Amino acid sequence: MGLLELSEVSRDFDVSRPWLNRVLEGEPRRTLRAVDGLSLAVQRGETLALVGESGSGKSTVARLIVGLYPPSSGRVEFRGRRMQMIFQDPYASLNPRWRVGSIVAEPLLHLRKEKAARVKERVDQLLVQVGLSPEDGEKFPHEFSGGQRQRISIARALAGEPDLLVCDEPTSALDVSVQAQILNLMAELQRRLGLTYVFISHNLAVVSEVADRVGVMYAGRLVELAPAAELFARPRHPYTRMLLDAVPDLAMSGKPRTPVAGEVPNPLALPAGCAFHPRCPHANERCRAERPAFVNSVACHAIAEDRIRG
Amino acid sequence: MILEVKNLRVEFPTRRGALVAVDDVSFSIAPGEVLGVVGESGAGKSVTGLAIIGLLEPPGRIAAGEVRLEGRRIDNLPPEDMRRVRGRRIAMVFQDPLTSLNPLYTIGAQLEETIRTHLALAPKASREKALGLLKEVGIPAAEQRYHHYPHQFSGGTRQRVVIALALAAEPSLVIADEPTTALDVSIQAQIIALLKRLAASHRTAVMLITHDMGVIAETAQRVAVMYAGRLVEIGPVRDVIHSPQHPYTVGLMGAIPKISLSRNKSLTQIDGAMPRLNAIPPGCAFNPRCPRRFERCAKERPDLSPAGASEAACWLHEPRRA
Repeated sequence: MGLLELSEVSRDFDVSRPWLNRVLEGEPRRTLRAVDGLSLAVQRGETLALVGESGSGKSTVARLIVGLYPPSSGRVEFRGRRMQMIFQDPYASLNPRWRVGSIVAEPLLHLRKEKAARVKERVDQLLVQVGLSPEDGEKFPHEFSGGQRQRISIARALAGEPDLLVCDEPTSALDVSVQAQILNLMAELQRRLGLTYVFISHNLAVVSEVADRVGVMYAGRLVELAPAAELFARPRHPYTRMLLDAVPDLAMSGKPRTPVAGEVPNPLALPAGCAFHPRCPHANERCRAERPAFVNSVACHAIAEDRIRG
Repeated sequence: MILEVKNLRVEFPTRRGALVAVDDVSFSIAPGEVLGVVGESGAGKSVTGLAIIGLLEPPGRIAAGEVRLEGRRIDNLPPEDMRRVRGRRIAMVFQDPLTSLNPLYTIGAQLEETIRTHLALAPKASREKALGLLKEVGIPAAEQRYHHYPHQFSGGTRQRVVIALALAAEPSLVIADEPTTALDVSIQAQIIALLKRLAASHRTAVMLITHDMGVIAETAQRVAVMYAGRLVEIGPVRDVIHSPQHPYTVGLMGAIPKISLSRNKSLTQIDGAMPRLNAIPPGCAFNPRCPRRFERCAKERPDLSPAGASEAACWLHEPRRA
C-alpha cells in the first residue's frame, strides 16, 4: 500500500458569471474541471514528480493532496502521520512581521505540542539542518535572500516531522545557482530523514534531477506515468515527446527535433475526445471522439492500437 | 557593427553614495547576430539593455562610457532625438507581453500607429504592412485577428504581436529582455524559432537578455555572462557552454539541471549568493565564492583577456608577460 493514494480524484471550480448577468443574459452556470479522474499512488521514500504546462492542473493536485481543496469527487487517502507543503514564492509564504525563530517554532508549538523550553533548542537544530545558523532565528524574513527564505520554508515544514512533503514549484522563483543549492539540500534531507516528496514542476530538467517517477499532466488529466529514467529515455505519449523536444538543447548536440505546434487548450472549452488531439500528429477519428483510458501507464489511443511505438 | 558599447557604467545615486549597477561593460553586436546576455537576478543585464535604449529610470544614469548605434553615438542624445531613435532604430521586447500592449486598442490599430509614427506611409500602405507583419510572425487568420484586442490573445500569440510591433519600423537592433520567460516550454520553443528566423532574414542585431542558458544555446551565436554588474566572460556560445573559462561560468553551467538518464549525481553548487550592489567586494567581485581564488583576486580587479576561444575577466587567464 502506498503512503498516499488518489483514486479517481476530480476537482471542479465554479467560474459562472455573477448572478445578475446570468439572469439578464440567460447564461447557465459554468464549471471548470481543473483535475479530471486522476488516480495515482505515492510510495514511501520516493519522489514523485508531476509535470505539465500552466493550466494542466498540477498545482490543483498539490492542493487536493494537502486538503486545501476538497475533491469534487474521488478519494484522497493518506497513510502517514503528517504532510507539509512548500510553496513556490518564498516571499509570500513567510509572515513578514514574525521573526524566523517564531515562524519555525509555530508547528512545534501547535502540532508537536513541544514544551517551550525545548522549542528553542529544536528551532536551532532545524535551522542548522537547512544550512542556516541559530542566530538567523532572531532576524525577520526581509533580511534574507530568496534562496535563504526557501530554506526557512523547508525548516518550518520539517518542524512538524512530516513523512510527506508536497512541493509546488519550490525552486521556480530562484536563480539557477541557488536552485542547485535547494535541490541538493532537498535530496540530502530525503536521504537523512527518509522523506517522501510530491514534486510539482513545469521544468523537465529539474524533474529529471530529482524524481524517481514522473507523471505528465495535460488539461487536468494524467497522460503518462513512468519511472524517470524510462520516461526521459523513451517517452511514450505524443505530448510527453513534444514536451521533451521543446526543452532547449543545452548540449547543442543538434539532434533532430519535431517542431512544437499549437497551444494549450482553454480549460473552459476542452476539445472532445483526447484533449491533446488538435496538436497531435497521430490523431485520428477515434481520438477526436473518444477519450482514451489510462491503460498501462499511458492514456493514448494510438499506443493502445499499436499505431505508434509505445 | 550595429551596436558598440564601450566601458559602460550605470549608477544609481542614493543617500549613501552611488550604487554601480553596470561597471565597465564593453561589447558589440554585428548585423544579423544574436548576442545572448546571461546572468542571475541583479547581475545588471536588464539595466544594460535599458541604458542602451535610453530608458533608465531616473535617478539612474550612464556615468561613463559610450553607446554607438551604426557608428553614431546615442548615449548623449537629447531626449527628443533619443525618442526618434527608440522604436525606429532600436526596439525592445519585454517579458510580459500584456504590459507592452494597450488594452484599449485593437492590435491592428497599435501596429498601424507604430508604423505611421516612424515610417512615412499612407494609411492603406501601413495597414498592408501591419497585416504582413502579423502573417510574418505566424498569427493564423491575421485578417480577423487584426481587429481583436490584446485580451483576446493567448500568451504566446501576444508575444508574437509584440515582436511584430518591435519589427514594425524595421529597426537595426532589437533588445529582447526575457522574451520567453513568462511562456510555457512548448510556446517558448516557438518564440525562440521565430526570433531566430526574423533576426536572420531582416539582418537585425538582437541583444537577447535571459537567465536561461538553454534559450541562449538555441538562439544566440555569442554569449556574454554578467556577474555583479560586470562582464565576466564573452565568447562563442558553443565554447562558453562546453568549455567555460571563468570560474563563475563553470559553476553556473554545473548548476543548470540537465535532462539526463543517470540520477543522483548532485548538481554543482556555488555556495553563497551574488553580492548586493552596496557590498561588492574589492578585486574580482566573484572572489569570495570562487573555488580557485588566490591573493591577487581580492586586491586587483581583472579585465577581460583572451581565454580559450573566449575572453574572461579572471586572473587565472592573465596573459603571460614576456
